[in-house]
Amino acid sequence: MADLPPPVQGPTAKEKKYDRQLRLWGATGQRALEESHILLINNGPGVVGLETLKNLVLPGVGNFTILDSAVVSEADLGVNFFLEEEHVGGSRAEHTCNLLKELNPDVEGYFVSEPVESFLTNPDSLKPYTLIIVAAPIRPELLARLSEHASASSIPLFYIHSVGFYSHFSIHLPPSFPIVDTHPDPETTSDLRLLRPWPELVQFAEEKTKDLDNMAPDDHGHVPYVCLLLYYLKGWKKSHSGQPPQNYKEKTAFRDLVKNSARTNSPGGGEENYDEAVAAVLKSLNPPEPSSAVKELFKDPECLLVKEGASAFWIIAHAVSLFYTKYGVLPLPGSVPDMKARSADYIELQNVYKSKARRDVTEVTESVRFLERSIKRSTQIEEKDIEAFCKNAAHIKLVRGRPFHVMNAGKTVQWGERAKALAQNLTFQDSLIPLYIAFLAYDTFTVSHEKDGLDNPPRTPGDTDTDADVEQVTGIAFKIADDLIKEAGASIEESEYSEMKTWVGEYVQELLRAGGSELHNIAALTGGLVSQEVIKVVTEQYVPVDNTCIFDGVKSKTSVIRV
Amino acid sequence: MDEATGTGLPNRPGAQRMRWKYLDNILTRHGPFTDPDWEPGEAAIEGLARAKLLGAGGLGCEILKNLALSGFQDIHVIDMDTIDVSNLNRQFLFRQADVGKYKAEVAAKFVEKRVKGVKITPYCGKIQDKDEEYYKQFAIIVCGLDSIEARRWINATLVGMVDDQDPDSMKPLIDGGTEGFKGQARVIFPTMTSCIECQLDMHAPRAAVPLCTLATIPRQPQHCIEWAHIIAWEEERKDITLDNDDPEHITWLYQKALTRAQEFNIPGVTYSMTQGVVKNIIPAIASTNAIVAASCCNEAFKLATSTNPFLGFPGTDNYMMYTGDESIYTYTFQHMKKSDCPVCGDDNIARPLQVDSDFTLQEFLDSLAERPEAQLKKPSIRSQEKSLYYQFPPDLREQTRPNLSKKLYELVQNGEEVVITDPAFPLTFKYKLVFK
Ligand SMILES: [Zn+2]
Repeated sequence: MADLPPPVQGPTAKEKKYDRQLRLWGATGQRALEESHILLINNGPGVVGLETLKNLVLPGVGNFTILDSAVVSEADLGVNFFLEEEHVGGSRAEHTCNLLKELNPDVEGYFVSEPVESFLTNPDSLKPYTLIIVAAPIRPELLARLSEHASASSIPLFYIHSVGFYSHFSIHLPPSFPIVDTHPDPETTSDLRLLRPWPELVQFAEEKTKDLDNMAPDDHGHVPYVCLLLYYLKGWKKSHSGQPPQNYKEKTAFRDLVKNSARTNSPGGGEENYDEAVAAVLKSLNPPEPSSAVKELFKDPECLLVKEGASAFWIIAHAVSLFYTKYGVLPLPGSVPDMKARSADYIELQNVYKSKARRDVTEVTESVRFLERSIKRSTQIEEKDIEAFCKNAAHIKLVRGRPFHVMNAGKTVQWGERAKALAQNLTFQDSLIPLYIAFLAYDTFTVSHEKDGLDNPPRTPGDTDTDADVEQVTGIAFKIADDLIKEAGASIEESEYSEMKTWVGEYVQELLRAGGSELHNIAALTGGLVSQEVIKVVTEQYVPVDNTCIFDGVKSKTSVIRV
Repeated sequence: MDEATGTGLPNRPGAQRMRWKYLDNILTRHGPFTDPDWEPGEAAIEGLARAKLLGAGGLGCEILKNLALSGFQDIHVIDMDTIDVSNLNRQFLFRQADVGKYKAEVAAKFVEKRVKGVKITPYCGKIQDKDEEYYKQFAIIVCGLDSIEARRWINATLVGMVDDQDPDSMKPLIDGGTEGFKGQARVIFPTMTSCIECQLDMHAPRAAVPLCTLATIPRQPQHCIEWAHIIAWEEERKDITLDNDDPEHITWLYQKALTRAQEFNIPGVTYSMTQGVVKNIIPAIASTNAIVAASCCNEAFKLATSTNPFLGFPGTDNYMMYTGDESIYTYTFQHMKKSDCPVCGDDNIARPLQVDSDFTLQEFLDSLAERPEAQLKKPSIRSQEKSLYYQFPPDLREQTRPNLSKKLYELVQNGEEVVITDPAFPLTFKYKLVFK
């Protein structure tokens, strides 16, 4: 076959196996997964932690370690898929690790059967791990110690709790956790700069719309809509003292102008390129304003003053903010949506956008290099990172990670600046904050009912005397809710307040009905959610939960809150 | 070696139930949302063990594991597919050595071995192979099917089975589907609540690229691949049936597409993209499958045991939409039954449909493939007066073929009713054609 290029190298075995996920997070995301080492500190029935790991072993996380001192019991077999009959009496860490390893030969799995208390006495024991997952219940001082470690070494920490039909998890991320590759919906991201065209774009549009009225029908029907809009905008501005359509009314009038300019005598009756132009008017005729999140990023102290040792993210952010200050717009992303056009015209238009985007990147890169020299950075930031930042500048997310609540007996929860927002949501119909409060009360009860002072696990609310425990946990939950309302200084109507208390009471009852049990379905679902969030955090792609997610398996609803 | 294979625990009195200690907390206790008349304990436990369930489709691995560990003991599974290497990143019951074997068989064997006491009966074939008699034996049907055709078929079949005189003829259908970080779980009570056909417009098909774009003015790498797929293959390799799984065929298409793209200066054609476009690959990951399958099985468990309210009870939420790419978002709502649904609608009324009377019959039929509420690929059509076009049998097809190039106004009156059928579904669509 002389007309064909030389034969291609087909996909590798690994690319074949991971094909369906590589289409989401790509080779860079996959590499990040493979370089990670995840520690699971497993407690309780231990299902949710393992279901989480299952969904990380399958896509090929590099390494995992299970820390679990439990001995496999008969009851484990009824809820845990990664144990078999002959494992009863053996180490749960060992056997679950082995069965999980079977899922993917590319993954290294390890286990530690030591109690978490003694494991943590070695100051270096947490060093190898790039991310830690803790399944409740765990003693608060141990959770607090893990939280300190997470803060000190900038390691993400996940805390999961799955009881009966309910679950929640919280993520403690580093205080500055930026995501460049957020994968925004392509439908919402095109930035055509029709109100801020640059000379090359203006010139291209003028060429393509030259003598538009007298064009042959086939030519007329193939003028790219970007050029049509620029052409009619020019006409509009002439009769509107140089201003483009300002408000909804003017934009609709402009849209009608474009619509009525389409030829109706064409063979298909109407012109597709004009239809596209009409459809694009309302969303494309907006000044290219960066989102409030991006503007906030520019005002961040870390962005305003780049110091020695600053991360690549903040150096590029500073350079982009300089660009924004200078031009009033972000660097051009440079992509063009598909539109009715002749191939050559479309490719030319694409190149007009691409070369402008490239010039913008060059300008930002110059600022980056200047900054690098001024803070004496030893290595240069890679060009592709600067390019990725510029391309996605409008959609960059910065998550401000923070520790989650660790319940300690006798101490009240500090809600801080979040108190107001949470208290406001507390009484909303469908709010899951009452469920979160029920979980906090559950943890508090556990802390104050330790079986002994040392290694034994705390008592589980609802395990034997459900009614007495319900009363106690409900009391704790009401106090947490009252303290929240007080801290927020909120005033709540009596009827709303009593309704909220009913919800809290019902959540506590349903939680305690389980007597500390995990239901496999709820653990599997929660394990799915947590593994998804671990993947986002490890690959630094998509947008992670900030910072707590609650699941109600009775109503089949989730809610994300920031605490 | 009997001693070595087990600890002897299961033979101890009560040991069998010890295993279900956690589950029994829920089965033996009232909760704040359980019906006051519900009896926890023995009856609930036995009911769970007796219920026969059917699981099917790409979410099968998760569904079988979840149902087995929910305490169901008699589970059937249908899957026509064999294991492909690209399944291994999420379908956790399969290993490299299983590639090429039937999914249903391998999965059933694995779960039976892992969860003692559960019986799993596999059937390696299409759900369409089975009849009403077969579906009648199940209490609940849990589906995670990959194709919309299969979903619509099982939905129409279950709706058709409902007999007002026999309450046992109504089989709840729990359906889950995923695409990348998104998915949905829904519960359908055939004839009582909104069915899959009622909800068809929630999953609008992607608009096809016009043929003239592929043939004359390609702009995107995908256009070049579609050109190689639809046009070049037909022109140059007509005698060879295109096999999407044959690497030689994909390589040929890729190279054709690449050459065409270079001709038009279009960047971006890759082997992986070629495969994706030709096979219509939908990204799939373990986490989303776990979430959606577990949600379906949670509903099945609540439904079978009455341990808590479930989705789908008439008048309540029946649909959970899940999105996980930007934080986590779920929307749980009640999708309303449509009175003009061609499957479960009460009245057999024709839906009004605006059409261009200048369309040829062929153009009109093609447009049905893209209509969100129809999505028909092989439609046959008749008016009150005559047969307009039939796909089968062949002689009727030959006889009606000339109508395809006639304009609609030559064939039907403004406002006339037409009946459309498609061999993929046991149902008819009625439209009242209103000329634009
Ligand atoms: Zn219906």
